[in-house]
Formats: sequence, C-alpha cells, structure tokens
Amino acid sequence: MVVGARRGCVLALRRIAVTALLAVLLVPTLLVAPVLATDVEVVAQEDTDEADDAGDEEDAGGEEFRGTLVTGDDEPIPGVIITVETLDGEVVGQVESDEDGSWSQPVPEPGDYVVTLQADTLPEGVELRDPERASLETNVRTGQERTLLFPFGEAAEVTPFSERLISQTFNGLKFGVIIAIAAIGLSLIFGTTGLVNFSHGELVTTGAVIAWFLNAPAGVGAGIQLIGAGAIAVVISAAIGGAIDRGLWQPLRKRRTGLIQMLVITIGMMLVLRNVNQLVFGSSSRPYFDYTIQDAFVIGPLRVTPRDLIVLLLALIVLVLVATMLQRTRIGKAMRAVSDNRDLAESSGINVTRVILVIWILGTGLAGFGGILNGLVENVSFIMGFRLLLLMFAGVILGGLGTAYGAMFGSIVVGLVTELSTLFFSTELKLVWALFVLIIILLVRPQGLLGRAERIG
Amino acid sequence: MAEPTAAAAALADVTPEPGVSKPDPILVVDEVRRSFGGLTAVNVDHLEIQRGAITSLIGPNGAGKTTFFNLMTGFDRPDRGTWSFNGQPLANVPAHKVARLGMVRTFQLTKALTRLSVMENMLLGATQQRGERFLSALLPTIWSAQETEIRARADELLARFNMDYMRDELGGELSGGQRKLLEMARALMVEPEMVMLDEPMAGVNPALTQSLLTHVKDLPSFGMTVLFVEHDMDVVMDISDWVIVMAQGKIISEGPPAAVAADPQVIDAYIGEDHGDESRFTPTTLATTAAASTETVGRSPVLDDHEGPATGDVSAPSDDPDGESHA
Amino acid sequence: MDVFLAILASSVNTAIGPSAIVYALAASGLNVHYGYTGLLNFGQVGFMLMGAAGLAISVSIFEVPFFVGLLCGVLAAVLLALVLGAPTLRLRADYLAISTIAAAEILRFTSRSNTLAEFTGGPFGIPSQVGGAGFTQTWNAMNPIPPGRYSFGWLQFTHTRLWVVIVGWILVALVCLLIWSLMRSPWGRVVRSIREDEDAARALGKNVFAYKMQALILGGVLGGTAGMVLVLFQGSFFADGFRPELTFYAYTALIMGGAATIFGPVLGSLTFWFLLAVTERTLTLTGILPSGAGGATRLALVGLLLVILMVFRPQGILGNKREMVLDG
Ligand SMILES: Nc1ncnc2c1ncn2[C@@H]1O[C@H](COP(=O)(O)OP(=O)(O)OP(=O)(O)O)[C@@H](O)[C@H]1O
Ligand SMILES: [Mg+2]
Repeated sequence: MVVGARRGCVLALRRIAVTALLAVLLVPTLLVAPVLATDVEVVAQEDTDEADDAGDEEDAGGEEFRGTLVTGDDEPIPGVIITVETLDGEVVGQVESDEDGSWSQPVPEPGDYVVTLQADTLPEGVELRDPERASLETNVRTGQERTLLFPFGEAAEVTPFSERLISQTFNGLKFGVIIAIAAIGLSLIFGTTGLVNFSHGELVTTGAVIAWFLNAPAGVGAGIQLIGAGAIAVVISAAIGGAIDRGLWQPLRKRRTGLIQMLVITIGMMLVLRNVNQLVFGSSSRPYFDYTIQDAFVIGPLRVTPRDLIVLLLALIVLVLVATMLQRTRIGKAMRAVSDNRDLAESSGINVTRVILVIWILGTGLAGFGGILNGLVENVSFIMGFRLLLLMFAGVILGGLGTAYGAMFGSIVVGLVTELSTLFFSTELKLVWALFVLIIILLVRPQGLLGRAERIG
Repeated sequence: MAEPTAAAAALADVTPEPGVSKPDPILVVDEVRRSFGGLTAVNVDHLEIQRGAITSLIGPNGAGKTTFFNLMTGFDRPDRGTWSFNGQPLANVPAHKVARLGMVRTFQLTKALTRLSVMENMLLGATQQRGERFLSALLPTIWSAQETEIRARADELLARFNMDYMRDELGGELSGGQRKLLEMARALMVEPEMVMLDEPMAGVNPALTQSLLTHVKDLPSFGMTVLFVEHDMDVVMDISDWVIVMAQGKIISEGPPAAVAADPQVIDAYIGEDHGDESRFTPTTLATTAAASTETVGRSPVLDDHEGPATGDVSAPSDDPDGESHA
Repeated sequence: MDVFLAILASSVNTAIGPSAIVYALAASGLNVHYGYTGLLNFGQVGFMLMGAAGLAISVSIFEVPFFVGLLCGVLAAVLLALVLGAPTLRLRADYLAISTIAAAEILRFTSRSNTLAEFTGGPFGIPSQVGGAGFTQTWNAMNPIPPGRYSFGWLQFTHTRLWVVIVGWILVALVCLLIWSLMRSPWGRVVRSIREDEDAARALGKNVFAYKMQALILGGVLGGTAGMVLVLFQGSFFADGFRPELTFYAYTALIMGGAATIFGPVLGSLTFWFLLAVTERTLTLTGILPSGAGGATRLALVGLLLVILMVFRPQGILGNKREMVLDG
C-alpha cells in the first residue's frame, strides 16, 4: 500500500513536471506572440489603494475606437450610448455620441474588444440596418485609432420569423454537435470512474490551442494547413489524455482516493491547464488561418458558409462513428459494460484499468476535436473550454450522467435551446437558458432523460 | 429453540400460512409492490408482524428482503400499497419520521459514521435532543444537562455491548464486526419499539455472533419487536419466534421455525436457486426434509430469471406449471 | 536582499488585507458546507454576489438605510440558499456541485445583462456615485479613524483600508466563534453525521433535508457577508467581479488550511494570499517574467498547489491526519 502510494506520488510528480516543462518550452513562443497575457483581475481586486504600482502602466499608446453615427440621409445621431468591453466582458468604458453623432472611446491597451451600440438608446425611427451587428468584435493595434461603422437605414426588411427559426435551428444543431463531441469523454469518464471532471473544458481548449499553434504561420507556429494541424492536435490531445490517466488518475485510483478529493484535484488541474493555456496563447481570441473568409451560399431560406456546413457534417459523422464503436466493437462493448456495472465487468474478465485508459484517450481526443471545431466556427481563446464546460455538464446531465448516447442527445438539446432562445430573448442571456434547462432537469428528473435511478441500502 | 417467550406463546395458535393474521400485530402490510424495470423485487399481499416477538425474514439472495426493509422504513417508495405501524399509516412518510415513530432499521452494508467517534455515533441515536435545533445549539445551558443524561445512557449501552473501552475510537477505525455491533447499539439509542436488522451477523466471527445473538434475544425483554434478515439457518432456528420466507419478492411461507423448516416450498425456493447454496441448510431437520421434498414436488420458482416475466404475473407458486430445471 | 525584504513586506501586507478577509469569510462558509456537512457547493460566488447585490442595490437604487441594506444582503443570500437548496439538496453531492456552479453563472450573466440594468447597472455595475454617495457613504462616515496613512512596522494602511481590515478581522473572529459553538453542539454532530452518511442519519430519525438546508443557509450567509465586505472595500458592485474562479480559490484556501477545522479557512486564506503575492512579486520584481504574465502564472501555480495538496496532504495545514486516512 505504502509502496503503491509512493509510486503514485512519483508518477503524479512526473506528470506535474511534464506540465511545467511544457509551460517553460512554450514561454518563448509567448514572447513572440504579439499580444501578451494581461493580468486578469478575477481575484478580488487587490489592495488598489496601496503601493502596488509594479509596472502596470504601459507606454501610453493612445489606442481608441471612434466613429460617427449618421442616418441613411446623413443626419447625425446624438445621444446614443456605445460601450466597449474586453472579450471577458470587463467593461472598458462607455460613451455617448455628441451633436455631430461622433464618438470616441480610448482603450487601455491594444487587443480585442467588443464594441456594442446600445440599440435602445437610439432615437425613435432610427434603426440599425442589421440589428445583429449592434455588437462588433474587433481589435485595435498599438497606437491605432480604429474607426467603426454602424450602418443605419430604413430598417432593412426584417428577416421573417420562419427564416430566423431555420437559421437558428441550424446554428443550434451545429453548436449542439460540437458540445456533444466534447462531452462524450466527460460522460464516459463519469460513467466508468464516477469522477466529475471539472478540467474537461480545459482539455477542449488545449486541443484548440495546439491546433492553432500548428496552424499558425512559421515564426509563431508550424504553418501546417488546418486539416493536418487539426489531425495532429487531436492525436496530441489523445496522448495528453492517456498521460493524465496513467500519470495521475490511475495511481490515485489505486490509492483509493476519495471521489470528492479527486473532484477537487480536477479543479486544480483546471486552474493549471487554463492558465498555462493563457500564458501560451494569450488572452485574446484569434481565428485559425484557414477557412476564415468564405462566401455563404444559400440553401432555400438558409445562408451557410461551406465551413459551417462541413463542421456540422464532420461532427455528425464522428458522432455516428463513436456510437457505432460503442455498439459494435469489443472495446466499445467493454466500455459500456464497465460504465454499466464496474464490479460485474471486472469479475467477468474485462481489464477495467485498460478500458478506463482507452476512455481517457478517446475522450480527450474528442474533447480536443470539439475544441478545434468550436475554434473554427467561433474563435480560439483560452476561456472557450470553460464556457463550453457548463454547457457540457448541462448536456450530459440532461441525457443522464454516464451514458454516452445520453450525452450526445442532451448536448444537442442544449445547443438548440441556446440558439433558439435568441429568437425570443436577448442574445446575452442565451447561456442562461441552457443552464436553466439544466437546473429544471435536475429538479424534475435527476437521473437525466435517459438515465436510471440508483440503489439504496 | 428460544425459551417459550410470551410472544412465542401468543403465536402458538397462529396457523403457519403466508399472510396469516397475528393476535397483536405492530406492523401490517397490504398489497405492497415495488418493481425495477421488468423485475418485481417486492410483491407482498398481506403480512403482519407480531409485537414483542423476534421474527426473522429469510430468503435466497435477491429475494427482495433489503428492498422490503427500504420500503417499510421510507428509504424507497413502493409502486403501490399501504402499510401501518402501530395503526399509523406509513405510506409517503419520510424515513426520518418513520424512525421517530419508533421503527428503526440497520443496513446490510454497515454505515458506521467514519469520522465520528464511537461515542458520537451513539449520542447521535438519541431523539428529541434540544441541542439539535439550530438556535438552541448556540446556548449550551439549554442542552448540556440532557447531553449528560444521553451520554450516561450511551455508556450503559456500550458496556452492554462490551464496547465501552473504545468509546473514543473513530467509527472508521473499527473492524467490520465491531461496526455491526456499533450500528446495532446506535439503533437502540433511538429507543425504538421495533428494530429491523438487515443481516446483523454477516461477516462477524462466531464468538462475536454469539454475543450479538444474546443481545438480540434480550431485546424483547426491553419491550422491543425485532425483525431481522439472516442467511444462517442455525441462527434463525435458534432465536426466532416466527420465520417469514421470501422468494422472488413474495412471502411464500411463514410460521414457527420448525414448521417453516419442514415446508417443501421453502426448500424449493432455496434449491431452485442454481447456485445450490445448500451449505446454508446446516440444520439436519431442514437438510433431510429438503432431500425428501425435491423428489415429491416437481416444481421450483426460477430465481435467476431477472429479465423474464415479472413474478407478479405468476399468481401463486403452486400454479407454476414448469420449473423442473433442478435435478 | 532589499528586494526580498520588500517582497516579503508587501506580501505580508496583502496577506492581512481585505482580500484575505473576504476569502476567510467565503471559505468559512464553504467549510460549513463542504467541511462539516459534505455539501459540494461550487457556487459560493453566487452567494457572494447575492450579498453584494443585496446591499448595493437596496442602498444605492432603492435608497434604504445602510443597516437595512446589510440585512437585505443577508436576506438575498438566504433566498438563494432556499431557492437552490429546495430542489438540489435531495440529489447526489456531485449534482449539487454542478447545479450550484450553474446557478452562480446564471446570476452573473443575468445581473450583467442589460435586461436588468435598471437595478444592477448591467455591465457597469453600481459605482459609488450612484444614489448620491452610494452604498459606501454610511460605511465611510462611520470610520472613526482620522484620514491619513498609518504604518505598523511592515504593515501600511490608509485610513479606509485600516477601517475595513479592523472590522473585517473582528467579523472573522466572530464567525469562528459562531462555527465553533455550533460544531461542538449536538447540531454540529448531526451535521457531521450527514457528511459521513446521510442515510444513516436518516435512519436515526434526523431530518437530513432540514439540516442540509440550515447548513446551506449558514454557509451561504457567510458567503454573502464576504460579498458585502468585498463591495464595501471596492466601493462599487459589478457582476463580473463574481466569476466562478472565486469559488475555486476559496476552496483552495479552505483545503490548504484544513477543512472541518475552525481556523483552517482563516489560516488558509492568509497563506493563499501570501503565496499569491510572494510568487507574483518575486516573478515580476526579479524580472523572471514580464509583468503581464504574472497573473496567469500565479494562478497556474495555485492550481498546481491544489493538486499537490490534495495528493500529498489532503487534510491541509490544520487538518487531522487520523480522520483523513478514513476518507473515501
Ligand atoms: N435500485 C435498484 N435498481 C434495480 N434493481 C434493484 C434495485 N434494488 C434492488 N434491486 C433488485 O431487486 C432484487 C431484490 O434485491 P434485494 O437487495 O432486496 O435482495 P435481498 O433479498 O436483500 O438479497 P440479499 O440476501 O442478497 O441481500 C434484486 O434482484 C436486485 O437486483
Ligand atoms: Mg439484502
């Protein structure tokens, strides 16, 4: 027992050393990357009134956003409020357009920002030509004064509800399958080991970030075309998953570490991975270098880019493959058996340790793949995984913790709820609806839609 | 065989047949059914438990004994059915209220409170503690006198169970057998009218079993009714006033120990189990009757068939046409 | 040498500062939840947000007196505990973990959205100017310490900070006293038995749900108090100050100090902030890392520390090894 524990510790330490090494190796890359990680003030703002002036002031670059609001007839629009936030949602400032309709808002440093025109402050009769574009995600370079345009007009013919319904259904489906792919690992790991892995979201981010660096042009990254970069990144992700299981969880399971204790460990892992990702990748959100600009084509009432369509198809194919694997192959059946009743599986000769290892490899590989798809349709950022994590939990619980099919089904429902809610409610609350569904499900059917109740006594 | 207690005497005239009425029942069960998917785990038409007696509940593995305990004590909800304790209906009464009404159970898998000391485990059992209310808890003057009383009672019980020397040990540090003892002693701290013990002797060494047995036998003299699940037929024969046999969720037989041991249906229920766990039938009475009855009665409930038609579909064991699967 | 003394001095300064007080309170709440009752609340920050919002909104927007505002903060936390606890306390521990974190995020998203901006100030929150001098007015007016800077050896304070620090640590001491007197009582015994095995407690006639609810409310109110101290010291309320990470850091502090011990969370918070400050200042002042990278690095180190602690010393600084061996 003691020997086992000692070896467990050694393995755990080795794993930790690998993480640290990875961080050290990647720091030079960070220095090359244009945007440095900024000190996130997530921790309670610290002692602001004290001598804490350790070089936070950058050389005043004078970056700002500016613009002039005029109607289609060139009439200036005064009194409209525009806010500028960082991608994390921290508000940088807000301005009101003046008599001439012009506005400007300085920002503390170059980087990515979200500039939002508060549509409810527009005077009567004036509307954005495209109400979807009240919020612009944009960036400003060092010293740049970036001019932004908010086009107004006779409110362009409002998209009919049916069309929005179709396009949001498509978006929801797309989002749902991405969550599903990422969530399979979370669900299988819970099913086989009982572990709720809070660091799963960071594995999603890690996959996306690795692919980004492989994809980025020489100098920053390896300059591999995205398909190749993605494939390599998935393999690396899978290997990381295997390493985590072998190096950390296997020894911990051998020591019979309590589940709650392991759950807290996953939180530690989450912090490590997230911040290493942030150090390596920076706090801005960036797209991949291929398939960024594409012409949308029109299928009936639906406008989609080939990229989005391929993401959806690819994700669906992978889901079907995973389902087939679970259903048909020996290892798939073993996974379900272990998930179903671990002791029974063990006593009927299944090598549970190996099955769990395979699940980690598969689950983390899929998480990485989900991250890449998500980075492709949105952008890559160090918090993308955590954003997805809660939705994955929602999906997995919705379908019934521990069942892979349940996770797929639940995730798609969550994706649809998220996107369809924007038809009726404010976009900024769309994640709230998904989480709300989660809580409702826990309330009425805690074992999930496809799950089973457990035994007492 | 136990001394002919008052309870045994009262039961002397009761016909040994499933669902028979008792002169002074403390627990009365009607039409209680619980199924898990296709499997009917418990399906009891009528059952009465005599007050002040030691009744044992036996049956093959998976017969539904634990599930029956769970249902009676509010830890699980039946699909339908009613039952009452001391005339008080218990359907939909939550588990903690059942315990407060005087029906306390122990668990097959012992639940010693690991990081509480043995003494704390015991103190927890006492009901109506003033210091257990949030606001009163802040003022020791309100509860310290009562705490001293309870502590004295716990000491007494621990001494009775020969555990007083380990009062400061943590629950998790006890051996499996000691935990069984602690769990039983703790249940008695509640001062229940009826205790339901789920395999209290399982995994306990023979010496300790003897001491546990004496404690169980003592309980009626403290005015308690005992219902307990046990697989060891020696023990059952030794201490019970009445025996109830369960198989596939149903009560298939009940009566005084000797009568049940001679009941061919009981033998079938056990032998029909393909695991052929005859080792349990150590008492010669049972073993010999078993050998005789397997030939005479060509029928056995199929105990392993969990996926098959629910037991509920088969109206009574005697109507079961097939089942010659046993040799 | 001087550099290291300076690092040490400023780190000690941080360690006893308002942030450590906020964490000590929040972690004490988690101690009641997780350490004593076994409730996995991963949404402590939601309770902090409720406390903070209760105070800031009632005073700045509805212009109630300050002390009524404090009461509103407490009631807001109680309300959240009731709403959250009613459905989830009957579920398994890990379900509670997920739904609490989800609830905290729902609260943050909702209060930073423009939909409720009228009350919460939306993304801008409620700065001190809103509602005259804002919700900190009475608080600052009560400050008996004459304006100026004070120093006690290494420790340096402005009068506002000193005021927060004094009141805050008194509050922490009172909270410790409260938890101590509860946990040595029969109430504490029941609560700890629920942590060990709630079915056993139920079988002995304890109303497990009611006790869990009481514990959830108590810990939640401590979280709410932490939130109120936080906004009073910051002088403003904004929803994005209440991110999920805060809960995780509070857990780190709790586990570092030792769960299920009275002073564990307090000692843990002091240590947590001291270590954060030391690592960051060492990294930046010695020029090992550019100033911007310090934040992420130190948080990665926090995570690493949490993992290592859980693996090698899960009972924390003050915890009882004998009990820990039995866990799981
Ligand atoms: N929560 C549950 N879900 C599904 N099936 C269950 C559940 N609880 C019990 N069962 C099934 O109900 C049947 C009766 O189980 P129970 O535990 O009551 O048997 P038992 O008589 O106590 O057996 P043993 O003597 O082995 O303890 C078994 O077939 C069991 O698999
Ligand atoms: Mg049983």
